[in-house]
Amino acid sequence: MYAQLVETGLKKVQTDADMSAEEQAFQARIDAGIRIEPKDWMPDAYRKTLVRQISQHAHSEIVGQLPEGNWVTRAPTLKRKAILLAKIQDEAGHGLYLYSAAETLGVSRDELLEALHAGKAKYSSIFNYPTLSWADIGAIGWLVDGSAIINQIPLCRCSYGPYARAMIRVCKEESFHARQGYDIMMKLAQGSPEQKAMAQDALNRWWWPSLMMFGPSDAESVNSAQSSKWRIKLFSNDELRQRMVDQTVPQAEFLGLSVPDPDLKWNEERGSYDFGEIDWSEFNNVLKGNGPCNRERLRTRVTAWEEGAWFREALVAHADKQAAKEAAA
Amino acid sequence: MLSWLKMLSMDSRLRGNDEVTINKQETTMSKEWPLWEVFIRSQHGLAHKHVGSLHAPDAAMAVNNARDVYTRRNEGVSIWVVKAADIVASSPGDKDALFEPSNSKVYRHPTFFPMPEEVKNL
Repeated sequence: MYAQLVETGLKKVQTDADMSAEEQAFQARIDAGIRIEPKDWMPDAYRKTLVRQISQHAHSEIVGQLPEGNWVTRAPTLKRKAILLAKIQDEAGHGLYLYSAAETLGVSRDELLEALHAGKAKYSSIFNYPTLSWADIGAIGWLVDGSAIINQIPLCRCSYGPYARAMIRVCKEESFHARQGYDIMMKLAQGSPEQKAMAQDALNRWWWPSLMMFGPSDAESVNSAQSSKWRIKLFSNDELRQRMVDQTVPQAEFLGLSVPDPDLKWNEERGSYDFGEIDWSEFNNVLKGNGPCNRERLRTRVTAWEEGAWFREALVAHADKQAAKEAAA
Repeated sequence: MLSWLKMLSMDSRLRGNDEVTINKQETTMSKEWPLWEVFIRSQHGLAHKHVGSLHAPDAAMAVNNARDVYTRRNEGVSIWVVKAADIVASSPGDKDALFEPSNSKVYRHPTFFPMPEEVKNL
């Protein structure tokens, strides 16, 4: 999702035989639904998996501001501009909650940002696509934030306390994001033929990347299975993706737009939509760094960091100066 | 992917130089900012509630940033920020021993004492 293909560093799902006494006691707490807090003992692999997952999630929020920032100066009305700014501010806040949660596991903000800027840390594939029209802003709120909500609601119940609590706060704010996007889509879909065409075009381009956000099928994945055992991951990628399709298709129908999938079909027996094959080569290519905007996204973040250095340094200089004054007084 | 590439050629801003030379000079801050825990009292609340944390170089920045991050939706009328290093907390490991004394003193609750119905104001 925002955190995709998270490594646990383990080659097989740990059974009782693989675990030390401490690890077994820890697993028993997980199984009993007890929340793990920062000062509790935890296996090193659990800690590392969470650092990767939570930091990837945080990086995604921050990089996720960029596609939308692209349209702030070109929003069609002042109200929509203010609303878009509010959404972008929320993403900054979400990044902060998540970095804070990751830091409880013993990493510093510097380390996390260093990893992002050096291209070592991942962020969600979806933010490597460009926003080419105002309708894209609608499509992102509707499909991307909509997918995020589906992923994040179960995370509110995950085993690590700080992550779960951060997710509760994020979910409350995320609902406005999804509605904001759908509100834009409704206006366009119910507008002039040109506006409706723009909305359809945005849906055509964002549909498949949004489905890819959930990650590939993880029926065979050791990482997913171990994450499930640790109750970090509560549902499989396929389950969440199916949920997204089932929820979103009726929403598209209401708009009078067509989902760009000729194989999309209601399956009465399953009580769910059947949908077409995803082109995973595109997903892998984007993760490798060859999506439309990977290099631009990273360059923008690094530039912002470097050009903001003087401001951060000035804040510290000012703080030190005031502290020295007080000490002398 | 092809539809994206066709679209990209129309957006001149993306036709720029793709080469990224990440300048390794300053990717770390010269001095780490202290961590602050943030407490907010809502309009209808009596007590400040812990809502989260943030890093800031000094108290004034901590309050400003807390306002930006934690009160975007009218959550509060009062903000406290406390350096995380100044907070002393009981140890989770001591929970059982520390709170055991109150387990057996149920008579501290008024409900322990049923009163006759005819008796008022007790």
